[in-house]
Amino acid sequence: MHDHTLAELSKALQSGEFSSTELTRHYLDRCQAFNDKLNCFITLIPEKALDQAKIADERRSAGEAGPLTGIPLAHKDIFCTDGVRTSCGSRMLDNFIAPYDATVTEKLNAAGMVTLGKTNMDEFAMGSSNETSYYGPVRNPWDRERVPGGSSGGSASAVVARLAPAATGTDTGGSIRQPASLCGITGLKPTYGRISRYGMIAFASSLDQGGTLTRTAEDAALLLNAMAGFDERDSTSAEEPVGDYTATLNDSIDGLKIGLPDEYFDERLDDTVAERVREAVRELEKLGASVRSISLPTSRLSIPAYYVVAPAECSSNLARYDGVRFGFRCKDPVNLADLYCRSRGEGFGREVKRRIMIGTYVLSAGYYDAYYLKAQQIRRLIRDEFRRALQEVDVIIGPTAPGIAFRIGELADDPISMYLSDMYTVSVNLAGMPAISVPAGQIEHLPVGMQIIGDYFQEGRLLNIAHRFQQATDFHQAAPGNI
Amino acid sequence: MSLDKSDIEKIAWLARLSISVEEIPKYSKELNNILDLVEQMNGVDTANIEPMAHPLEITARLREDRVTESNQRERFQAIAPAVENGHYLVPRVIE
Repeated sequence: MHDHTLAELSKALQSGEFSSTELTRHYLDRCQAFNDKLNCFITLIPEKALDQAKIADERRSAGEAGPLTGIPLAHKDIFCTDGVRTSCGSRMLDNFIAPYDATVTEKLNAAGMVTLGKTNMDEFAMGSSNETSYYGPVRNPWDRERVPGGSSGGSASAVVARLAPAATGTDTGGSIRQPASLCGITGLKPTYGRISRYGMIAFASSLDQGGTLTRTAEDAALLLNAMAGFDERDSTSAEEPVGDYTATLNDSIDGLKIGLPDEYFDERLDDTVAERVREAVRELEKLGASVRSISLPTSRLSIPAYYVVAPAECSSNLARYDGVRFGFRCKDPVNLADLYCRSRGEGFGREVKRRIMIGTYVLSAGYYDAYYLKAQQIRRLIRDEFRRALQEVDVIIGPTAPGIAFRIGELADDPISMYLSDMYTVSVNLAGMPAISVPAGQIEHLPVGMQIIGDYFQEGRLLNIAHRFQQATDFHQAAPGNI
Repeated sequence: MSLDKSDIEKIAWLARLSISVEEIPKYSKELNNILDLVEQMNGVDTANIEPMAHPLEITARLREDRVTESNQRERFQAIAPAVENGHYLVPRVIE
């Protein structure tokens, strides 16, 4: 059962090959058997899952099932789930039972999906290796001594290990695409505002976007159909119509114009990764696409600009954790300042504190113009450069990450090197564009991802290209052997 | 521009984060490394470039002025660290 894609599970449930209850039980068994080895779930909710499965089976008997009804999935532990602990990978929220559902969970519940549990993640989504989690590192199923990427590392690890057929994730600087690349699955970050941020714990509000981690582009389209759309409870939700993302999957890509940025294939990129991505692009050429070189010179400044904008927004968003209304509170505070400082000092981990401090500094009196304003100006240059390029080509393609999965601990004491693992993804968040990472082969039995970037609200086109690529290749079918 | 011990203490206080004296040298080194990385921005002339705060450049929506939320005080206070008679408790602030 666990080798099926969402699309195949949908058909099997429809034809009565097995029930949602049987399917859910199967996945829960796998989670219980393998989670100790991978640490991809923070919380499993078997009883709630079986209740949801039973309701889904009843819905099907009543003839009210949709394409996703009865299919299990896992939620990144950043999405609030009513009555279930939502920790965000932090000691700060270790005791936080969300009193409401995020729009994403509400919508997927309404579609009849079954929540298996909440996946591990870097603390408050700040990290690229899943090592900053209060709950310990997640392991990469391809090699358990290596990281799965981050911050949606638990979701990526669970999907490739077949502990969940699909998972939700969030992407602020690459947190869906980079783990998808390092684990060998398909990761979609939609346009900023395409999926509601309501109930999705905030890190950097002008960059955060929810999305999907799945085995195939077709599965991502099925989930996006249920997740996308305007939400009045999110002040920056996009008021753009939602299409049927599955309807255009099979469209021809003959005549597609692909741009390969010189800056994405320079000396900073591992040669073998470059080779895999170029081979994958040749597959798209066989399907009728044409390729040309483009230049995105300002993209080199995306990491510096990101490490001003993201920490600034993080320092402001995380000011709400004060030990008063919910979350962690220090023992025996002597006064209000002590309550704030120790609750935050003890409740947050090192990476989060580092980013709060950088953000506080760049926003403090006298430094605002030199850092925050400058970064926002560079952000515009990056966005304009993308838009100009996308007038000449339909999509931009490059690597998702500069290398393959690194070893646990390898970069843990070197924040700057860790930050650079997102060098090809953060510019997309600064610009707000959609992008998808798809498996493009392996190096020494470890996956490599190819990133396809499109113009605003072109998710349908990205999924179409990724799907045609997956019809012509079998990289996305590779699965790790013994976990 | 390099952050020293007193800068780190000041930033930590502004952010209301308690950090131990032993941690200061490490934070100082890491924060300075990040700021060095960020300095690369100075290589680009951004005169007359309008700052971009938000990718879609939308303006905040207005809605009708009516109550849309229901009172869920008990629910929200059930997850609070310390409450009494419907109030959130904090250490004494007025002597």
